[in-house]
Amino acid sequence: MSVTAQARRWEPLFWPLVVAAVLLFLWSYAVKWSGTNVFPSPMSVEHGTMQLIERGVLWRYMGDSLRRVATGYLLAVGIGIPAGLLLGWYPSAGHIVNPLIQMLRPISPIAWIPVAIVLFGVGDLASIYLVFLASFFPIVVSTMNGVRNVPSMYRRAGRNFGLSPRQLLSRVVFPAALPQMLVGLRIALGIAWLVVVAAEMIGADSGLGYLVIDSRNAGKRYDLVVAAMLLIGLIGLMLDIGFRRAERMKAVRWGFRDAA
Amino acid sequence: MSNPGQASTLSSATAGVGVATVHAVASSRSLKTKLRADHVNMVFGKGDQRVNVLDDISLEVGVGEFVCLLGPSGCGKSTMLNVVAGFLNPTSGQVKIDDQLVIGPDRRRVFVFQERGVFPWLTVEGNIGFGLFDLAESERNSRIKHYVELVGLQGFEKAYPRELSGGMKQRVEVARALSVNPDMLFLDEPFGALDSITRLIMRGELLRIWEAEKKTIIFVTHDIDEAVQLADRVIVMSARPAKIQKVVEIDVAHPRDISSPRYLALRDGILEAIGLAHKV
Repeated sequence: MSVTAQARRWEPLFWPLVVAAVLLFLWSYAVKWSGTNVFPSPMSVEHGTMQLIERGVLWRYMGDSLRRVATGYLLAVGIGIPAGLLLGWYPSAGHIVNPLIQMLRPISPIAWIPVAIVLFGVGDLASIYLVFLASFFPIVVSTMNGVRNVPSMYRRAGRNFGLSPRQLLSRVVFPAALPQMLVGLRIALGIAWLVVVAAEMIGADSGLGYLVIDSRNAGKRYDLVVAAMLLIGLIGLMLDIGFRRAERMKAVRWGFRDAA
Repeated sequence: MSNPGQASTLSSATAGVGVATVHAVASSRSLKTKLRADHVNMVFGKGDQRVNVLDDISLEVGVGEFVCLLGPSGCGKSTMLNVVAGFLNPTSGQVKIDDQLVIGPDRRRVFVFQERGVFPWLTVEGNIGFGLFDLAESERNSRIKHYVELVGLQGFEKAYPRELSGGMKQRVEVARALSVNPDMLFLDEPFGALDSITRLIMRGELLRIWEAEKKTIIFVTHDIDEAVQLADRVIVMSARPAKIQKVVEIDVAHPRDISSPRYLALRDGILEAIGLAHKV
């Protein structure tokens, strides 16, 4: 066997799977060894997952959670990016609004849950509102900073070729700021997924977060709790992988140091 | 290091500065005037922070002329270039090009930055065609093709800047500037970040392009050899506040023999004007 610096094709997938298998084994052994009858073994989690599929709630809850994230997140993108572009483009507007943003931003989206329930009641809207709120600030701030950090050389070059302000924004400032915006969008999506689970635990009667809390409350079904947790983790991983793919597009790759 | 000969050259040179302002007006070949700067002053900052960067600069550049602004780093020569390009408004004085007051940047006069000015999100083609947005597709493509060939980047049309070497990026920038068919080019130390071999090659390329495309060029550099190799006239500027210290006509035909006595004499003259004896 030759040792090469280039990772073989199967390697990036192989080792994580080995680690996962080892952890599963340790988990199952630990459950057996401790004799616990509260914490489920991997096998019972698997059974629980099957039950959820048979009852038809698994896909429905997954769909509900994803739909809430998608709606809230896309709203945040649709409003946050134009707002960030505007605030970055007009520094004086940025100076006026920035303190407000910086004050609202550190408030955990979880703290908004009571407010969301008062405003929208228990259901879809409250969760969507919380997802929107959680992803809006990282998007606005990263877009604003992205625009502000565009090297003046690019703007000058754009003006030199006779671009109107509108063209300058779309053909120079936007693409130049895009890598930094993507970082904000990825962070926002991660937070959105965290928040939807928390929101559904309190302010909804469906979804993966609801599954966690409902399984615990209705009969202490910890096999279902853990099943929901694993699913939440897996979906989060998928979302992140999808986003990293987007960051490797050639038109933005220049902005990311690690991608060759 | 501190031999008396050097010291005296230095002091005499510094004494020469500030006695009278030299104005770089009209070259002896009496070209039609392209650019005319009158008594340009530039002051940055306010109150105690005031920095006088340009001190009463007047110069004239003829149509098709290649002029180098030469001076030490930070002397204000780039500021001067930004003023004539319309990116900065002078504190007083004015710049006219083709008898029209310069009030802003214009696509008939394109500024070439160091290689970092290429747009990293566009391919070579995209960069070169950047300024051609108002042309029809076919015209645009044929222009791009022409300038890709002119700067010798065939085969790299679809490459992104990060995949190119420094010299190639600089070619992309020159081609992007030329593609809109400007009549003037402003180059701000364009080859400063390149290695010395690539720099020599790029100088040759620039001269070839200048002769083929008949542009008026103002080229800012702090490299004396570069100035003497390229320019019709070298305008030597003093340290800040920048004044025109000396104007040297380089009457050596292209291609220039850089070990000919005339070339060396001109170079040494500039070295002396700057206040450096030509011994290290």
